[in-house]
Amino acid sequence: MPRISVTVDGIRYDEEVEPRLLLVHLLRDRLGKTGTPIGCDTSNCGACTVLLDGRSAKSCSVLAVQADGCDIVTIEGLSTGGTWHPMQRAFHEEHALQCGYCTPGMIMAAIDLLHDDPDPSEESVREGLEGNLCRCTGYCTIVRAVRRGAREMSQKQEGAATS
Amino acid sequence: MTEQLDAGVAARQIKESDVLSGAGDGREVGRARRRKEDARLVTGRTQWTDNIQLPGLLHVAFLRSPMAHARITRVDTSVARTQPGVVAVFSGQDFAAEQGSLPCAWPVTEDIVLPDHPPMAVTEVRYVGEAVACVVATDRYKAADALDAIEVDYEPLDAVTDMTAALEEGSPKVHEAGNKAFTWKFAQGDIDAAFRDAAVRIDRTYVQQRLIPSAMEPRAVVAQTDGDSFTLHSSTQIPHILRVMLALTTGIPEHKLRVVAPDVGGGFGSKLQVTAEEVLCLLITRRLGKPVKWTESRSEGNLTVHHGRDQLQRISVAADADGRIRGVKVDLLAGMGAYLMLVTPGVPLLGAFMYSGIYKMDAYDFTCTGVFTTKMPTDAYRGAGRPEATFAIERIVDELAAELGMDPIELRRRNWIQHAEFPYTTVCGLTYDSGNYEAATDRALALFGYDKLRAEQADRRERDDPVQLGIGVSTYTEMCGLAPSRVLGSLSYGAGGWEHAGVRVLPTGKVEVVTGTSPHGQGHETAWSQIVADALGVPFEDVAVIHGDTSSSHKGMDTYGSRSLVVGGVAVVQACEKVKEKARQVAAHLMEASPDDIEFTRGEFRVRGTGTSRTIQEIALATFAAHDLPDGFEPRLDAEATFDPDNFSFPHGTHLCAVEVDTETGATKIRSYVAVDDVGSVVNPLIVEGQVHGGIAQGIAQALFEEAVHDADGNLLTTTMADYLLPSAADLPDYTTDRTETPATTNPLGVKGVGEAGTIASTPAVVNAIVDALRPHGVHDVPMPCTPERVWRVLDQARTTAQSTDGGL
Amino acid sequence: MIPASFDYVRPSSLDEALETLRDQGEDAKVLAGGQSLLPLLRLRLAYPGTLVDVGRVKELRGVADRGDHILIGAMTTHYDIVTSPIVREHCPLVALATATVADPAVRHRGTLGGSLAHADPAGDLPAVARALDMEFVVRSADGERVIPAADFFLDYLETALDPGEILTGIRVPKLGPGWGFHYEKFHRTAQAWAIVGVAAAVRRSNGTIEEARVALTNMGPTPVRATAVEEAVRGAELGAGGVLRAAASRADEDTHPPADLHARPDYRRHLARVLTHRALLAAAGTT
Repeated sequence: MPRISVTVDGIRYDEEVEPRLLLVHLLRDRLGKTGTPIGCDTSNCGACTVLLDGRSAKSCSVLAVQADGCDIVTIEGLSTGGTWHPMQRAFHEEHALQCGYCTPGMIMAAIDLLHDDPDPSEESVREGLEGNLCRCTGYCTIVRAVRRGAREMSQKQEGAATS
Repeated sequence: MTEQLDAGVAARQIKESDVLSGAGDGREVGRARRRKEDARLVTGRTQWTDNIQLPGLLHVAFLRSPMAHARITRVDTSVARTQPGVVAVFSGQDFAAEQGSLPCAWPVTEDIVLPDHPPMAVTEVRYVGEAVACVVATDRYKAADALDAIEVDYEPLDAVTDMTAALEEGSPKVHEAGNKAFTWKFAQGDIDAAFRDAAVRIDRTYVQQRLIPSAMEPRAVVAQTDGDSFTLHSSTQIPHILRVMLALTTGIPEHKLRVVAPDVGGGFGSKLQVTAEEVLCLLITRRLGKPVKWTESRSEGNLTVHHGRDQLQRISVAADADGRIRGVKVDLLAGMGAYLMLVTPGVPLLGAFMYSGIYKMDAYDFTCTGVFTTKMPTDAYRGAGRPEATFAIERIVDELAAELGMDPIELRRRNWIQHAEFPYTTVCGLTYDSGNYEAATDRALALFGYDKLRAEQADRRERDDPVQLGIGVSTYTEMCGLAPSRVLGSLSYGAGGWEHAGVRVLPTGKVEVVTGTSPHGQGHETAWSQIVADALGVPFEDVAVIHGDTSSSHKGMDTYGSRSLVVGGVAVVQACEKVKEKARQVAAHLMEASPDDIEFTRGEFRVRGTGTSRTIQEIALATFAAHDLPDGFEPRLDAEATFDPDNFSFPHGTHLCAVEVDTETGATKIRSYVAVDDVGSVVNPLIVEGQVHGGIAQGIAQALFEEAVHDADGNLLTTTMADYLLPSAADLPDYTTDRTETPATTNPLGVKGVGEAGTIASTPAVVNAIVDALRPHGVHDVPMPCTPERVWRVLDQARTTAQSTDGGL
Repeated sequence: MIPASFDYVRPSSLDEALETLRDQGEDAKVLAGGQSLLPLLRLRLAYPGTLVDVGRVKELRGVADRGDHILIGAMTTHYDIVTSPIVREHCPLVALATATVADPAVRHRGTLGGSLAHADPAGDLPAVARALDMEFVVRSADGERVIPAADFFLDYLETALDPGEILTGIRVPKLGPGWGFHYEKFHRTAQAWAIVGVAAAVRRSNGTIEEARVALTNMGPTPVRATAVEEAVRGAELGAGGVLRAAASRADEDTHPPADLHARPDYRRHLARVLTHRALLAAAGTT
């Protein structure tokens, strides 16, 4: 069995895995990182989205062996020292979640979206989240949250730059 | 492209001031409190059923029938048993003696055909996906592998996929007793008279396509036993009902069975069920003495989570020349699928009383025939019966308006129940306690810019613009707050509709609320905290809500049918009242006053006219200490209440939708959507808005995107999310929402329920808009979902018909 | 769902990958970004014996300007292509169409080579390959050959790649100045496959269309070049009403559109005509 080494939310894991083991099952079943859920078989729903070497990926459509040597950030690795990431806060403030099952993937996809478009329009947010399905909210509050999160993140960066 | 709102009219947005001050009186109810639930959900510290890991946990995988209808002639599990990691393999025969039949709690008529429904098929399969065997293995990968090694021989039988064909003489039979499950009739007034001398009569047939509910969390079950008692974790909306039903089905005594609904990722009715997998996991854990887990895949779920809708509606309306509706006739075929599950036959009946909508009329006639087909059973899906009824009446009222050359809003005004007429008993016999259709409609029209859009529509028609504009109206009401137990009994439902709550003040003054509702995204922890904070005068933060576990919440009827706040919330209020009365006794005793002289405001008991007071926290500690309590007073500051409503509640609203239709491709685009809902008094406007948004999205999805498609052999073709299309953010518009508030008069909170309103309203609003856009071309219906291809075909056909008619002249 | 077992090899060089493929024979399958293959494995619609993961073969990645064409490494991700200045400058149609593929997360991992070698006629990029006459650089242990796009797509999910061959790069000819481009994708939801797609490139001069290239997505088992349209539109004056529409009305000639859940063939034919008209207009810069 291949041996792999991955860093997940800042912790390095060395694991022996079957080649067919999906990254999301490595996270959930082996590493206990159950914050990242699974919603489909076809990479349509995006619930399992994580950051893989900094960019969004659907962890149900990546083999664990493909992630060998990679740095992975899940929803569980976003808050630092008990302080939520601005995007987590924005989702809470805007009531951008109900059952919360899509939320980890939605937040990770939203953070990735801002990588290329730090101040997205409503339309950009909607298109940028086309790979993440939510069945509860109807998306309006998610769109508001992502834009709010974007503002807070840029303010934070500005603040950091000026201080 | 978004239509600018008329100047001076701004949609209601949740304001920061709502959060800080609410109604300005310091009350929690009415405030847009951010949800308590969110903390674990946005950080990934969730408790989904599939997260559960237990020592020695085994994994179950089910082998499912690839045939819609067949006799099982052989199941050979011998090779599968030898596969790596396999602990056990079972076929239906192995469970035959103990698995019983999955329950149907709603046998709607005395002569209903109620077929045996084994959780695992033994001799015959009747839909694709029915479980025929299962593997229990040491991990989920090995369990999946071993399924390939099970051999099953089937003797194919004819599939029955079409309801009308199923009822024909000589049709293959799904069950020996035939394909008709029941016929249920209801009539009020003289329908023949209403239709006989009416100036206008319109007949239409609408198809409510099959839908796959698609909650984001796939189902999962974990069953375990200590050798004596059993615990079942399940992604369910109904832990309490499930416990009773599982006890009856499996023979496990109720007191030896604990059912837990941990975090549940959406339901929309799909998890209002007693499933084969829940029963079988219990049986497996009983047989093996080991904990087992089963988690479905999405493609497995599309096949085997109960489906929704699937009705063929024949509806007729009779009206006078001035538009006054005289009567409505409905003849319904309701697709049951292959078996009757928990409330399968009852779903169409929940719509039976809603076909008169918000309108006055003389007579009503309703017939529903339940039909078996070789498909997955149907059951509750967001709205359950009421969206279908609302769709049919709102669609046909638009048709009537077109026939009469009348504005659809004007026609509705002429027929709806006036505000001054409430309470009003409808032709269907329901008493609508309150409502204000005028106010909601006027508000919606203003927000929508109705006249301006009509002008644009006329302009596009004039120019023969390839992109036409349609305006859809939906003035809906629904019956919520399921339900008065007596009414349910009169409809042959197997249980009551009450709800239970317990409230206990802890020694330090913190409060625990135990609710019988079972939230899965609705935010009860937040809303119940607001209610309790007001009722007992404690801080919002000092309230914890316990739910979803029969060992801690022993009694409840769970969450569905927009009932939780209307029934469960009222039970919380009543329990608080009882606690308050107990506290008043203690307060009076401590302050040496008569209980009658004690005032209670914002958590403080005060002797009227004096400065002497005790806080509820002081009372709680004093009760805990129990050193100095009134004679005979039990040292407890807790109480329970079970509330059984006298009536349903009737939220209503006006939804307006503008759709652009590309007549060259058939593509549709929602340009603007305005929803003004009246859900009575509001506990948390943020949650209400969220429910409305999500509901609208699901209703739009039925109108435009979703359909469970089967081939003639009964194979489901939409087994994945790549085939069964759910809309993403990129496929839906922003919504403009607002509310009017006409409090319910039937409960102390004045609330009406909001879980299903959006879904009920939006489907007809969208389809009405599409048909409105195309009406000049001679189109009077587009079947759902209104895909580009369907729109194009309908239009193409209408144009061809028009040409051939022209040619004839 | 869960994939069946397979062996896994992750070569670090192209030569190593080719050796592995030669040794493993037909039972081996190349794993590129995996965004099409992983769902197929999970649904157990594919049972490869060995996956040869070329994800770490650096020489297969990147975009290079080669004078009269650009060379895109087969393992270059959709994201890298959409954001590549070279692609955007010289072959904007590739960037336009690639930006419509699936969703951002999939575009981070999915690759051009993977999409083309998968040869799904509903995919957006095969039609672009046909429209632009891309050339497919293919290597095996025996050497290199170049396959023109016209000869690459043989049938539904079937290409001219032999077992043991790897698509290493794609040459995209630079069309030079005066060209306009458009990819018109028609689908039911943002994530869904194209019901029909039209890739169009138009060279205009003095209000006239000098030359056009049009290829269609999902109008048959392979992407098709709408040659009848290309001929009909040559020399058309852009201002002259009806000429483009008449030319576009020949878009479905010699196509064999499929029937599936989302459309029947006659509707696809109709769409091909309407969308080709729109694509031509957009590519000619008149919308």
